[in-house]
Amino acid sequence: MKIDKDIPTDDAPVIRIRDLSIAFGSHVVLDGFEMTLAKGEDLVVLGKSGSGKSVLIKCIIGLLTPDRGSIQVLNDEVTEMDHPALDQMRARVGFLFQSNALYDSMTVRENLEFPLRRHWIQLSQGEVDDMVMEALTNVGLAETVDLMPSELSGGMRKRIALARTLILKPEIILYDEPTTGLDPITSRGISDLMVEIADKYKTSSVIISHDMRCVERTSERIIMLIDGKCHLTGSYAELSRSKDPVVMPFFQ
Amino acid sequence: MVGKASEIISSLQTLTLKIPKQTMTFLQESGGLARFSGRVFTEGLRPPFELSEFLRQCYLIGNKSLPLVGTTAFIMGMVLTIQLRPALLSYGVESELPYIVADAIIREIGPVITGLIFAGKIGSGIGAELGSMNVTEQIDAMEVSGTNPFRYLVVTRVLAATLMLPLLVLLSDAIAITGSFIGINIKGVMSFSLFTDEIFQFLDFTDVFPPLIKTFFFGFSVGIVGCYKGYTSSRGTEGVGRSANASVVIASMLIFLIDLIAVQITDLLGFN
Repeated sequence: MKIDKDIPTDDAPVIRIRDLSIAFGSHVVLDGFEMTLAKGEDLVVLGKSGSGKSVLIKCIIGLLTPDRGSIQVLNDEVTEMDHPALDQMRARVGFLFQSNALYDSMTVRENLEFPLRRHWIQLSQGEVDDMVMEALTNVGLAETVDLMPSELSGGMRKRIALARTLILKPEIILYDEPTTGLDPITSRGISDLMVEIADKYKTSSVIISHDMRCVERTSERIIMLIDGKCHLTGSYAELSRSKDPVVMPFFQ
Repeated sequence: MVGKASEIISSLQTLTLKIPKQTMTFLQESGGLARFSGRVFTEGLRPPFELSEFLRQCYLIGNKSLPLVGTTAFIMGMVLTIQLRPALLSYGVESELPYIVADAIIREIGPVITGLIFAGKIGSGIGAELGSMNVTEQIDAMEVSGTNPFRYLVVTRVLAATLMLPLLVLLSDAIAITGSFIGINIKGVMSFSLFTDEIFQFLDFTDVFPPLIKTFFFGFSVGIVGCYKGYTSSRGTEGVGRSANASVVIASMLIFLIDLIAVQITDLLGFN
């Protein structure tokens, strides 16, 4: 068994985070956090509620600005990006929100068209239609194209949100608690879909979760985020055998 | 030098502690709203312009308010006429009834009542919609999708509210005057041509134009307050309810305040 505190190195990591720190008032959330994500890797960030997991991926996508540190995504420094550069980066990095964040006032089709129209304005309507149907077919919900989000179940909404994330064919997908609030069967289905997508599109993923079934199914490597720092890293099998008192409760 | 600066900061902090909490909240909210309004102008003047979303909002905001504004205006015109009639009759100036009602509607009642209905219907709607989008991360999702959510959601709604309210007020004035005509004919007989002659004999540009100007400010207030409260809402679904409620209350207060200022200005300019 190999459990180490070192960050694995890779020739071409798609995400490299160094000394990341962010605080809200006097509450320090991330304190010198470090990680790398290799190309094609599925990395789970595991930690207690409120430990800063969601804050971490919001920093990666540029929704939050850290107080200190460096975040390199696809070789570009996020903390130094202006809005146009952030938009360009976001076209290559998908984000699945915990609450799905589907636009209530739009149909499923309009929800999926929205990022396409915004990032790739030169597309014809025919091309947009084809891409929408392809994304919906990938998540098995082609028949919902003209429904409103309010007409869908929780699991279907999650799949549609995933289809919206996939529609730009991102190189990296950031998942914010993808199975929270779902029943075990639906949760399993979403986890399978995530693995399927990673295999089909060769994406790299950062998955924030504390659903251990999802973690076991989707992770190639796990980072334990404790007290704002990377506490341990290793595979599911490695960490599940850990005797570390902080790590053990997650795997029991 | 440093010692003096820290002394000033310390005395400012002491002063801040002495200000009652409500006053501090009021000052913070006013500052926040002023900054938010400034951002609307700076973001709104820079391309790309969200023209299709702006037109969609114009349609939604105008269309959604139409039935309520129309019904209220009709009843308002009719009731005002019926209630004023006995008083004018006792002074022997019943023939002035169309002009008096029309003047009251155009100068004051139409803009203020329509503004208040607009604040209730549209202000609360915008506050709740943006508040809900905020707590369900839809605003973040929009940003991730390569869209400036402030420009897409806020600038379009504020501009649509600013432009739609004057149009609604003009429409509501016309409907209220129609209600007045029917009100007159409930207890008497007056032809439509005589009714309009009576109105336009006395009504001039200064009766119509200044009240219309203030409705742009009413519309802007409703839009900006609704957007501000919604866009900055927090604390989950409770926060959404608070945003909707505060949007109506603050926008209504602003309407009365702007009305008061507008009356003083028109008085100074000799339009009253």
